[in-house]
Amino acid sequence: MPRGRTQVGRQKGGASDFKTSMSARYGLDWAFGVLVTLAALVGIGVLGVLLFDVVRDGSKMLSLNFLTSFPSQIFPENGGIYPALIGSVWLLGLTGVISVPLGLGAAIYLEEYAEDTRINRMIGINISNLAGVPSVIYGLLGLGIFVQLLAPVTGGDSVLTGALTLSLLILPVIIVATREALRAIPGSIREGGYALGATRWEVIWSHLLPMALPGALTGIILALSRAIGEAAPILVVGVSLYQTYATAGPFDGYMALPTQIYDWISRPQQVFQDSAAAGIVVVMAVLLVANAFAIFLRNRYEQRS
Amino acid sequence: MAIRAEGTRSGPDAWRRNSRARELRERIVKVFLTACAYLSIFTTVGIVVVLFEESVRFFLDVSILEFLTSTRWVPNQGDFGVLPLVYGTLMATIIAIGVALPVGLLTAIYLSEYAPTRLRRWLKPALEILAGVPTIVYGYFALTFITPLFRESVFPGIGSFNALSAGLIMGVMIIPTVASVSEDAIYAVPRSLREGAYALGATRRETATRIVIPAALSGIVAAVILGISRAIGETMIVTIAMGAQANFGGSPLQGMQAMTAYIVQVVGGETPRGSITFESIFAVGAMLFVMTLTLNLVSYWFVRRYREIY
Repeated sequence: MPRGRTQVGRQKGGASDFKTSMSARYGLDWAFGVLVTLAALVGIGVLGVLLFDVVRDGSKMLSLNFLTSFPSQIFPENGGIYPALIGSVWLLGLTGVISVPLGLGAAIYLEEYAEDTRINRMIGINISNLAGVPSVIYGLLGLGIFVQLLAPVTGGDSVLTGALTLSLLILPVIIVATREALRAIPGSIREGGYALGATRWEVIWSHLLPMALPGALTGIILALSRAIGEAAPILVVGVSLYQTYATAGPFDGYMALPTQIYDWISRPQQVFQDSAAAGIVVVMAVLLVANAFAIFLRNRYEQRS
Repeated sequence: MAIRAEGTRSGPDAWRRNSRARELRERIVKVFLTACAYLSIFTTVGIVVVLFEESVRFFLDVSILEFLTSTRWVPNQGDFGVLPLVYGTLMATIIAIGVALPVGLLTAIYLSEYAPTRLRRWLKPALEILAGVPTIVYGYFALTFITPLFRESVFPGIGSFNALSAGLIMGVMIIPTVASVSEDAIYAVPRSLREGAYALGATRRETATRIVIPAALSGIVAAVILGISRAIGETMIVTIAMGAQANFGGSPLQGMQAMTAYIVQVVGGETPRGSITFESIFAVGAMLFVMTLTLNLVSYWFVRRYREIY
C-alpha cells in the first residue's frame, strides 16, 4: 500500500517540488515514535530507580523496632521513627477533620448556591491561584497567623498549628475535585428532588453528596497524601526536629515523618542516611497505597458514569 | 398497603409542622457554606498581609534598592542583596525546565497520539504517582544517588551540593505537570485537523509536530509556565541537594542557595524571631509569591486563550 501511495505522489507533484523520499519520511516517523515512547518511560524509569535505591539503602534499618523506637543520637542504629509516626498521624487526622468539611462546604457553595456574580467568579479564580502558591509560603502564612497572632488559641508551635497550615495548603485541591464531581451530576437529579418538595440542602445531603463522594474522595485522598509528604511548611511553623515524648493532644509539640527524614539527611554519618532511607520507605509505602486506592476509586467511578 | 402506611407516617402534615425548622436549617447551612467559600479570600488576604507587613519591617532596616540590586548575600554581616538567591533559584529552574519541557511534551504527545488506550490508562496514574512523591524523597535521591553518579562518571569535580543534580531531579518532579497540562491542550485539538493532515498524506510525526503542536501551542506554553512556577516554589529538593551557600555566578556543578532554601535554613536554625535576619525570610517570601503569582496568572491567561479558540 505505501508503495502505491508513493507512486501517486511522484506522478502528481513531480520529484522537483516533493524532494523528501518516502523512506526517509517513514524512517523519521518511526524514529519519532521511538522517541516519544522513550520519553513517556523516562518518568516511570526514574521512579523505578528511585524506589529501588531507597529500598536498598533503607533495608538495613527497616524493622519493627524502627517503627516503635525513638530516634537516638547515642545509639543511632537502634533509633526509630515512633514520635514522627505518631506526629504524622496526628497531623493527618487533624488536617482531615479541618480541611474536609471546609473543602466540601466551599465546593457545595460554589456549585450549588453561588450565582454567577463577579465575587463568586473571583473566588473561583482565587482558588486556582491558591493551588499554585508554593507550600513554603503557606508556612510563612501559618507563622504569621497561627504561630504568632493566634498563639493563645493554637498554642503556638503545636500540632494544631501544623494541621491548620496544611489544611489551608490542601483546601484548593479538595475544592477543585469536589466541584468537578458535583458538576458531573445531571441537573435532573436536583429537579427531581425539588419536585418532591425537598429543600436545597435536603437534595444536597440525600443525593448530591453521596453521588459526588467517589470523585471528592479521590481528591481528598490525593490532597491528604500530599499533606503527609510536605516538609517545608511545617518546618516554617515550628515542627520539632527532636522531642522525647510522643504527641498526645492537639496542643502538644510534634515531630513528623518528612521533617524527621530531612533531619537525618542533613547529618553526614552513614547510619543517619540509612535511617533517612528507611523513613522514606515507610512514607512511600503509605503514599503508594493511598494513591493506588484513589486511582482505583476514580477508575470505578469513571466506568460507571 | 405499604404506601398508605408510609403516608400516615410522613404525610403532608408531617413536613408542614416542622417547615420553620427546615427553613432555619437551610439558612444556617447556607451561611456555613458561604463562609467556607470566602475562607479562600481570607487565605489570600492573609498571605498578602503577613508577607507585606513583615517585609515592610525588614525594609525599614535594609533599603529596597540594596535588596534588589546588590550581589552579596551574607545575612550575619548585614549584607542583604537578594540576587545570589535569585540566581540559585533560576539556575535550578532552567535546568529543570531543560528536562521537563522536552520530556513532558513528548510524553504528552505519546499519551494523546500514540499510546494504545489500555496502556494510557496505566501510564497516566503512574505519572500521577510521580507527581505525588514527596519532594524530600527527590532531594534524598538527588543527593545520595545522582550526585555520586555524576562524580564517578562525567564530572569528577562536582560538589556534594550542586545545582545540576537538584535541577535535573526537579525537572523529573515537574514532568507530570508539563505533560498533563500539555496533554489537555493537545486533546482539545479537533480530530478533523488530524484527519485533514492524514488525508493529505502526512505521517504521524508530521501531523503531531506540524499540525497538532502548533494548534495546541498556547496550552503548551501555559504548561511550561506552570512548570517554571512549580520549580521556583519548590523547596526541599534545592534545600537538600543544592546547598545553603549563596553563590552568585557559580557554575551548575557548584553548590548554591535558592530563595526557598534560604527560608528553610533560617527557620531551622537558631535565628531569634523578630531579628532582621528572621524578617528577611518574609521579604524573600514576598518576592517568591510575586514571581509565582505572576507566572500562574500568565499561565491561566494562556489556558483560557486556547479554550476560547476551539
